[in-house]
Amino acid sequence: MNSDCIVIQGSNMAEAHPVGFQWVMEAKRRGATVIHVDPRFTRTSAVADLHVPIRAGTDIALLGGLIRHVIETGTYFEDYMRSYTNAPMLVGEDFRDTEDLDGVFSGYDPETGSYDVLSWQYEGAEVEASAGFRDERTMVQEHEHAEIAGSGGAPFSGTPSRDDTLQHPRCVFQVLRRHYARYTPETVEQVCGIDQDTFHRLAEALTSNSGRERTAAFCYAVGWTHHTVGVQYIRAASILQSLLGNIGRPGGGILALRGHASIQGSTDIPTLFDLLPGYIPMPHAHQDQDLDTFIEFNAGNKGFWGHMDTYLVSLLKAWFGDAATADNDFCFDHLPRLTGNHSSFPTVMAQARGEVPGYFVIGENPAVGTANSKQQRLGLANLEWLVVRDLNMIETATFWKDGPEIETGELRTEDIGTEVFFLPAANHTEKDGTFTNTQRLLQWHHKAVEPPGDCRSDLWFYYELGKRLKARLADSTDPSDRPLQDLTWDYPVEIGPTGIAEPSAEAVLREINGTDADGDALSSYLEMKADGTTSGGCWIYTGVYADEVNQSARRRPGGEQDLLALEWGWAWPMNRRVLYNRASADPEGRPWSERKKLIWWDGERWTGPDVPDFPVNLSPDHRPEREDAGAESIAGDEPFVMQSDGRAWLYAPAGLLDGPMPAHYEPQESPVPNVLYPKHRANPAREEFARPENPYNPPGDHFPYVFTTFRVTEHHTAGGMSRWTPHLNELFPEMFLEVSPELAAERGLVNNDWAHVVTTRSAVEGRVVVTERAKPLRVADGSGGTRVIHQIGVPWHWGPNGLATGDAANELLSVALDPNVHIMETKAATCDIRPGRRPRGPDLVAFLADRRRAAGLEE
Amino acid sequence: MTAQVPAERRRRSRGGRGEQLMVPDADFRSYHDRPIIKPPVWKVPDVPAYLYLGGTAGVAASLAALADLTGRAGLRRSGRLVAAGGAVTSVAFLIHDLGRPERFLNMMRVIKPTSPLSVGSWILAPFGTATGAAAASEVTGLLPGAGRVAGLAGGVLGPAMTTYTAVLLADTAVPGWHEAYRELPFVFAGSALAAGGGSALVAGHGDGPPRRVAVAGAALELAATHRLETAIGMSAHAYRTGRAGRVLRAARAATVAGVAAALAGPVVDRVGRRSPRRRRLLDAAAGLLLNAGSAATRWGVFDAGMATAWDPAYTVVPQRERLAAREAGDGSAPGATVDR
Amino acid sequence: MGANSWYGPLADPSADAGYGADHPERVGFFTDTSVCIGCKACEVACKEWNALPADGVAEQGAGGDVLGMAGMGYDNTGGLGASTYRHVAFVEQRVPATRSAQTDLDMPSMDLPGAVTSGEDRGDATEVRWLMSSDVCKHCTHAACLDVCPTGSLIRTEHGTVLVQEDICNGCGYCIPACPYGVIDQRKGDGRAFKCTMCQDRLGAGLQPACATACPTESIQFGPLDELRARADERLASLQEQGVTEARLYGHDQDDGVGGDGAFFLLLDEPEVYGLPPDPVVTTRDLPSMWRHAAAAALTVAATVGAAFLGGRR
Ligand SMILES: Nc1nc2c(c(=O)[nH]1)N[C@H]1C(S)=C(S)[C@@H](COP(=O)(O)OP(=O)(O)OC[C@H]3O[C@@H](n4cnc5c(=O)[nH]c(N)nc54)[C@H](O)[C@@H]3O)O[C@H]1N2
Ligand SMILES: Nc1nc2c(c(=O)[nH]1)N[C@H]1C(S)=C(S)[C@@H](COP(=O)(O)OP(=O)(O)OC[C@H]3O[C@@H](n4cnc5c(=O)[nH]c(N)nc54)[C@H](O)[C@@H]3O)O[C@H]1N2
Ligand code: SF4
Ligand code: SF4
Ligand code: SF4
Ligand code: SF4
Ligand code: SF4
Ligand SMILES: [Mo]
Repeated sequence: MNSDCIVIQGSNMAEAHPVGFQWVMEAKRRGATVIHVDPRFTRTSAVADLHVPIRAGTDIALLGGLIRHVIETGTYFEDYMRSYTNAPMLVGEDFRDTEDLDGVFSGYDPETGSYDVLSWQYEGAEVEASAGFRDERTMVQEHEHAEIAGSGGAPFSGTPSRDDTLQHPRCVFQVLRRHYARYTPETVEQVCGIDQDTFHRLAEALTSNSGRERTAAFCYAVGWTHHTVGVQYIRAASILQSLLGNIGRPGGGILALRGHASIQGSTDIPTLFDLLPGYIPMPHAHQDQDLDTFIEFNAGNKGFWGHMDTYLVSLLKAWFGDAATADNDFCFDHLPRLTGNHSSFPTVMAQARGEVPGYFVIGENPAVGTANSKQQRLGLANLEWLVVRDLNMIETATFWKDGPEIETGELRTEDIGTEVFFLPAANHTEKDGTFTNTQRLLQWHHKAVEPPGDCRSDLWFYYELGKRLKARLADSTDPSDRPLQDLTWDYPVEIGPTGIAEPSAEAVLREINGTDADGDALSSYLEMKADGTTSGGCWIYTGVYADEVNQSARRRPGGEQDLLALEWGWAWPMNRRVLYNRASADPEGRPWSERKKLIWWDGERWTGPDVPDFPVNLSPDHRPEREDAGAESIAGDEPFVMQSDGRAWLYAPAGLLDGPMPAHYEPQESPVPNVLYPKHRANPAREEFARPENPYNPPGDHFPYVFTTFRVTEHHTAGGMSRWTPHLNELFPEMFLEVSPELAAERGLVNNDWAHVVTTRSAVEGRVVVTERAKPLRVADGSGGTRVIHQIGVPWHWGPNGLATGDAANELLSVALDPNVHIMETKAATCDIRPGRRPRGPDLVAFLADRRRAAGLEE
Repeated sequence: MTAQVPAERRRRSRGGRGEQLMVPDADFRSYHDRPIIKPPVWKVPDVPAYLYLGGTAGVAASLAALADLTGRAGLRRSGRLVAAGGAVTSVAFLIHDLGRPERFLNMMRVIKPTSPLSVGSWILAPFGTATGAAAASEVTGLLPGAGRVAGLAGGVLGPAMTTYTAVLLADTAVPGWHEAYRELPFVFAGSALAAGGGSALVAGHGDGPPRRVAVAGAALELAATHRLETAIGMSAHAYRTGRAGRVLRAARAATVAGVAAALAGPVVDRVGRRSPRRRRLLDAAAGLLLNAGSAATRWGVFDAGMATAWDPAYTVVPQRERLAAREAGDGSAPGATVDR
Repeated sequence: MGANSWYGPLADPSADAGYGADHPERVGFFTDTSVCIGCKACEVACKEWNALPADGVAEQGAGGDVLGMAGMGYDNTGGLGASTYRHVAFVEQRVPATRSAQTDLDMPSMDLPGAVTSGEDRGDATEVRWLMSSDVCKHCTHAACLDVCPTGSLIRTEHGTVLVQEDICNGCGYCIPACPYGVIDQRKGDGRAFKCTMCQDRLGAGLQPACATACPTESIQFGPLDELRARADERLASLQEQGVTEARLYGHDQDDGVGGDGAFFLLLDEPEVYGLPPDPVVTTRDLPSMWRHAAAAALTVAATVGAAFLGGRR
């Protein structure tokens, strides 16, 4: 709303985030320029000032082009960039760029397809990860450092050398300039299919709306993340925004539009295998660590991560209560230990191999919603037991009797040994709790109606399960049962009108907030102690129950407050609305401009309408002493308090597994070679899985088109909540496929008739929507010429169950992952499309085998 | 800004409703070719039958009343029976067409001059009562005095019965009906006269006034319908084409044949050997043809209106033209028709 | 009954309908389609609040399967109907590329991105635009549906809106073709006519209509009609200033054929493109003349019959 230019790239914001999008429309009303960069022309494009059609999977080329443009034209925000970014830091002598090594950075091991990241460090600094554990680095260990960036940068120690004139050839600024030198407007045109004129309009809009007086924002969602180089897409935007001075300032930023209601909450208090609440890494089994070595290893010694000990000890106290004492390391050993990559896909493949006996699927529908859903079902079919808790009888619960493999004959019900338990769940209107949204805002929701029938809240379920397990293990002497025995598990319950004893969600929230030695609610994580006198379930949430008040339930109308509306809900950390807002003031603490002021130094303290994201009393001229730790160890003019060096990173010396700077790679499946790095078509560090049900489409004419999967407003994700809702189904009753008139002509597709999309994995049918919104693009073919790329839009909400049924798009996709966060590539793959319905039953199996054979994959 | 019109929205074909011919070269834009107004939910045959029967009954009642006064007992009898029968069946069709037939009496909740159906109900109700009473007296022979009063009352209401239904159709946004609000009453009047007179011919009491009524009515019907097909602007097209056009052509053929037969009777009488049986057959044929023509006319009118409701061109093009005329400064008010 | 009870500007239809001086202000909608994002939240919120059944195109008489794609892109409910009181239209069009909204980028060329130097050249002077608009009953100042209703089921409310009383409607269907906007319709299986109620039950409770409450972008603005009209004038002026010359108000003019709409719109193209009539007129404007013609025709009947008998006396 405060932005002068909003670039929505990698998200269909109006359709997938309509409520948040109201503020984009408000900004537009106030004169902001709205730009949508998307392969498809969507409802977001419809209300944007400019739509930039882009070939799916090529955003780094575009963003790199913009980075180059900003550097070469000198349109960066110089004062900001010099003072607040790591532009002056010197990169170590060992570092080699993709430009030197034909498409890989130094440290690449072609055998393992992974990087040794040591050579990427600053000169004179050491990444924490390397101290003492150099020989033991494993993928998982690296991974911890990628995820910890969820609340700041990767930790490191030492004082890097720097050149504030930015002239040194190894200073980050010069390294960056060289890295992007080849990302010219011509390159952008050749790779992305964006003509130079449009590129310049985009660049002009962005640069003319950045600087002292103006700010521009980027908004993205899974159009950026769901790629084998997804994390680097966001890194590229960070570089651009840091150069332009658009971070920590009103109307600036890179807005991750989080997906599911409270998906943000589920990373803060994670459902991820490798994180503890508050982005504390999960300890690793192969290191015989105690609490101290774990902390030493993981905590930064600069910035707020320097206090990780207080966060972790408080967490252990919240979980294990009186059993956690200084003598037993506060039960640190009770925490589970990682033995490898236990993320979703490897687990499912282990299921398929018969290595996993049981599985809880709660609030998820992987038989429809996960890439290569057949692989998911093969995993499910190979379990001993499966628990599904859901609102509706979703495909994940019924795959054994009516899944696609039953139809094709590839599986027979009588051969599936999995015992399936379906437990009906209460939905969000039937229970109390919080949602944490995109903006890190916790908002309380009150139960509106009683859950019907046997439906129970997930809180009830886990509480009851825990109680039963504890009762069963009460007398056990097996030390492996100690964690459960020591676990505090005593929430007050409220008996509802239907007699259900529902645990109090507020009590849980208060436990998460944390309490002091007297049992009173903490008001800030700064009060947390490492001596066991405080407890708290998630340090970043401390303050949500400050003053014994459920701050997330505050609902003072926006009209009665200023624009930041600090009294609506509660944002972590500490109800701060703009992260790194110290950057809204210049190094001396004065606002960069009147128009864009947010917080400033008034001579004694930081003040302004937002909660300062900086030690309130740390003056701009503070310079840390060697022995300072934690927050005091940063200088008064280093705003990026979660970063170990207090600066925004143009170059990431640590924390990423696939390169310190984003480089353009094609998706796993692409119809064209990588024009920039011909030797490396796709991200060299991506995760690939060779399994029979997971073949990859080879390049070539058999799969000449690109498809991308997307959402529509009318449906929700894998459909569990929308395909059973008549009012939504009438709005989009059937699976459809969006194609351009040109492609329709090329393949003989007719509007509203059937067609099917084909990959080596499967074929999926839908009604054809022929629309001029879909636009073919012309890109370089890698051998000096150009070719036209047709992109097909495939929504992924349908599945066989419910009222509005259809084929699931995820049948089409393969599993190939980003190495940093193991996310699947759903946004760009190759395919063919044919008119008519797809083959059914056993014919489908034969048809696909034929297609694979023709493509040279099968004999 | 003048938008270049994408092909989908510019008229190409009458997708799905292929039967109907398209409006010649109408250059207009629409939303996916969907109708702008809601086509009536009135059903066939309910509504055309209701129109036809009501009109026939009206004229029959008037014929019966005058027959009574002029002492033509046979004509009185047949007129009373046709009037009552027509009224009752027309009411039955009307009720059948209601979405909530059991709430028919809600029609009598209010009297609204702005609602032709309200006015019509208040015409139909006394008319039905009066003609019903007259017919009852006629059949039973009881209370002849009261029967006469009822018959006369029905005769007075009869003409109103023949034309309020024209207003009923015209007082809608259906272009083919609204644009024809001047002509439709005369079409319906003629059609009712032809059918009313014709029913007396069928009953064998056609000599004299009924035959004249039938022939004059048919002439009026033919002339007024011709104006529908030519003089009401763009909607006239709907009366000439498609199913409505075919039905109306059939109606015209039947009416013309009916007139010929009606005139043929006396002529044959005069030139040839008198044969009461042949004469009766000829008259009956004439009456049936006229009634068929009348019913078909109502159906055709109904159908033409439906066609103009379904096709957005009939709504958009004339409205555009009158907007253009207004912009050109002819000072006409909104909705002023520029096409006549 | 005032001078303009049937036709022409009428400041206070509720007063005209007989409500006392203390009746509430006339309320309505200003739907600003320039900020509509086509999310259909209004459509769904309305159905939820009013407990309307899902229907789909078949219900509205256009043919096609219930629960099937309509072949109209993102619009699968087709139009307003007896179970769809709000309907969002999606208009895809190819327009000349000089889109005013883009001129503030101050760039030399206004070509369709990629049209000239890359992609399949579709002619460099055009670009695609996609208009969305949420339609609703206009709550006309002179409402034909209300005028023609024979049972008095349709009434003018104290808020100046037009309401079907479900307990009175007998499904005669007269209001349906009377409406110049094609709004009201008969619900299959029920037989009665239904349309937007302006959430009469919510207004009574001091709430906004459900659709306006759900609209995330304030495309649907609810309020006293006079305020809305002023706001619309401002919005139009500011859009015009920004160079959006195609912006126009629809149903805003009290001199139009229905005396102005209680629900009016800001459109970005001609009304018929959105399925709206360009120059609607309340049919009853011509009713006096209709009755005169009908009377003349009835007299013709009477005269014809009379004359036939006169001739017969001969
Ligand atoms: N109505 C509705 N809202 C939702 C959801 C829903 O299912 N329905 N899901 C929620 C969830 S879980 C999530 S994660 C979010 C997701 O929200 P979004 O990410 O906004 O949604 P998507 O439609 O998956 O993808 C966004 C866009 O990315 C574009 N895209 C694809 N590939 C590329 C690319 O390479 N580059 C660029 N620049 N763009 C690309 C697609 O064309 C698409 O328009 O939405 C949330 N909100
Ligand atoms: N091809 C392709 N695949 C994708 C994506 C894509 O863009 N393209 N997007 C990916 C993304 S971003 C996401 S987030 C995933 C989502 O994928 P899933 O999470 O597998 O899909 P959902 O349909 O959201 O499943 C959530 C289920 O939770 C149930 N539910 C709702 N509320 C509750 C509750 O309170 N308790 C319980 N127990 N259950 C509840 C719902 O009924 C629903 O069935 O899909 C991913 N898959
Ligand atoms: S569904 Fe919920 S989370 Fe998504 S946009 Fe609507 S209100 Fe926001
Ligand atoms: S728009 Fe139609 S239904 Fe609504 S008040 Fe006007 S005439 Fe009646
Ligand atoms: S259908 Fe109902 S509301 Fe409409 S005119 Fe007839 S009685 Fe009135
Ligand atoms: S005012 Fe109420 S009834 Fe009318 S469209 Fe809006 S939500 Fe539906
Ligand atoms: S009017 Fe509002 S709620 Fe309706 S589709 Fe448009 S933006 Fe969504
Ligand atoms: Mo998501």
